[in-house]
Amino acid sequence: MPHAIELIGASKKYGKFEALKNVSFAIEKGSLVAMLGPNGAGKTTSINLMLGLRRPTAGKALIFGNDPRSIATRRRFGAMLQESGVPQLLKVTELVELFRSYYPKPLPAAQVVKLVGLEEKAGTLVKDLSGGQTQRLYFALAICGDPEVLFLDEPTVGMDVEGRRIFLRAIRNFAAGGKTVLLTTHYLEEADELAERILVIDKGNLIADGSPQEIKSRVAGSKISFTSAAPLDPAALNGLPVSASDVSDHRVTLMTNDPQVVLRELFRRNVDMSNLEVRGADLEEAFLSLTGGG
Amino acid sequence: MARVFLMQTRAEMLKFWRVPAFAFFSLGLPLIIFTFFGLRQATQPLYPHAAITVGTYVMASMAAYTVGNVMVFSFGMALAIERGQKQDVLLRASPLPPVIYLLAKVVNAALFALVALIVLFVFAHFTASVNLAADTWVTLAGRLLLGSIPFIGLGLGFGYLVGPNAAPAVINFVYLPTAFASGIFIPVNQLPDFIRGLAPYLPLNPFVELGWNAIGFPTDRAVSTDVLYLLAYAVGFFALALWAYRRDTAAKFA
Repeated sequence: MPHAIELIGASKKYGKFEALKNVSFAIEKGSLVAMLGPNGAGKTTSINLMLGLRRPTAGKALIFGNDPRSIATRRRFGAMLQESGVPQLLKVTELVELFRSYYPKPLPAAQVVKLVGLEEKAGTLVKDLSGGQTQRLYFALAICGDPEVLFLDEPTVGMDVEGRRIFLRAIRNFAAGGKTVLLTTHYLEEADELAERILVIDKGNLIADGSPQEIKSRVAGSKISFTSAAPLDPAALNGLPVSASDVSDHRVTLMTNDPQVVLRELFRRNVDMSNLEVRGADLEEAFLSLTGGG
Repeated sequence: MARVFLMQTRAEMLKFWRVPAFAFFSLGLPLIIFTFFGLRQATQPLYPHAAITVGTYVMASMAAYTVGNVMVFSFGMALAIERGQKQDVLLRASPLPPVIYLLAKVVNAALFALVALIVLFVFAHFTASVNLAADTWVTLAGRLLLGSIPFIGLGLGFGYLVGPNAAPAVINFVYLPTAFASGIFIPVNQLPDFIRGLAPYLPLNPFVELGWNAIGFPTDRAVSTDVLYLLAYAVGFFALALWAYRRDTAAKFA
């Protein structure tokens, strides 16, 4: 049986800019996968190739082994896109009914509206919805056809805490029925909370692929920085649990999952430190440690 | 398939009727212009011993103006707005066949044009005593609806070339002067010389001739010649629309 979703050596260039560089992966039917990466990493480009919205410069994107551009294949997936719009002068239920009619075996409209928590807004024009409600409407349109594969590109962007909670629950409910879900996010917590597998993408490359536990163990959680009076001898860092380091003149930056151990050892080695700062790494920094750069 | 088509057409209609400004502009403006040009000496013969009245002639002219206007505006504006709001992106990822999308728009526009015609006919009947045989009303409406196909192509072309903010101005700037130059408001022989030579070759001229001919006005060309002109325009405008569509999608979906 073909994979639900597959990229085979897929590359995408926009002019001279390489948005995606020879990326391959396969996603089995029934799995919930998150694609994680900072802004501009190539997540949306990957999704657009899989949806047939963009053509790969090289390689292939397949859904159940078929070209995503054919109508027959499109009946098997639903999508929530980052930059797209819907008619503003239709009511929520009217729009859901319309998108249902595109699919062979859609879910009942009332069930879809309830699933995304828009019952009270069912008769509201799209233009009068809040940002979070509009996001949930897009999700309703993506699932109303009861598709086998669901693509969600940054689905929780712009949502408040409550909206996000309802939304993540709705995704889990939908995925529970043996559906394949691929979502993109730049929040590690979100990927961790939802997915059973995380693909990490950065600068157009697939740099990690594993369970949330595996990914988390490889991503640095903390950032230590300090100034040393004399230029730091690189040997002073030998043997420390540091996933990435940056020593530029007097300023030293270290990425680690074990800040206590690193600091204790640095003090023991009598490394001269002033302006010492320890804080949680943001995602960009965490990725630096994954790519081994810094 | 039938259900998708019905749902898509229904959605098109709902969107349309919820823009009162467009409905007013399409239904109301022709009546206002008719009042200016058609009500003066409405029941007088158009020329000495003519069988048709001034009111009937002006109504036929305005009927052509109305149908052409609905086609160019509804397609031009709708597409420009949809592109501006990136509605085309989600639709392209959805299983809606493009043919159904287009067909629903055509049916909606044709129905809207028919409503606009009926409103104009009723108005002309009661204010200018325009009386036509039953089959003449039907011929007039039928010819104009069928003959409006080139203007769908023109509307599509505008829709893919012009942005949502510029669309109303650009379409008006092209459509309104063309309507004047085609003899819709003022007879061609009263236009300035350089436009008189151009008039027969403008797309609205053979179109309005179809209407004039239906009510018994002696037109310059035979109906068959007018149809050929309109066919040529249809080919030209749809080629333009296809080029504009490809240009638009090549940028976004390559």
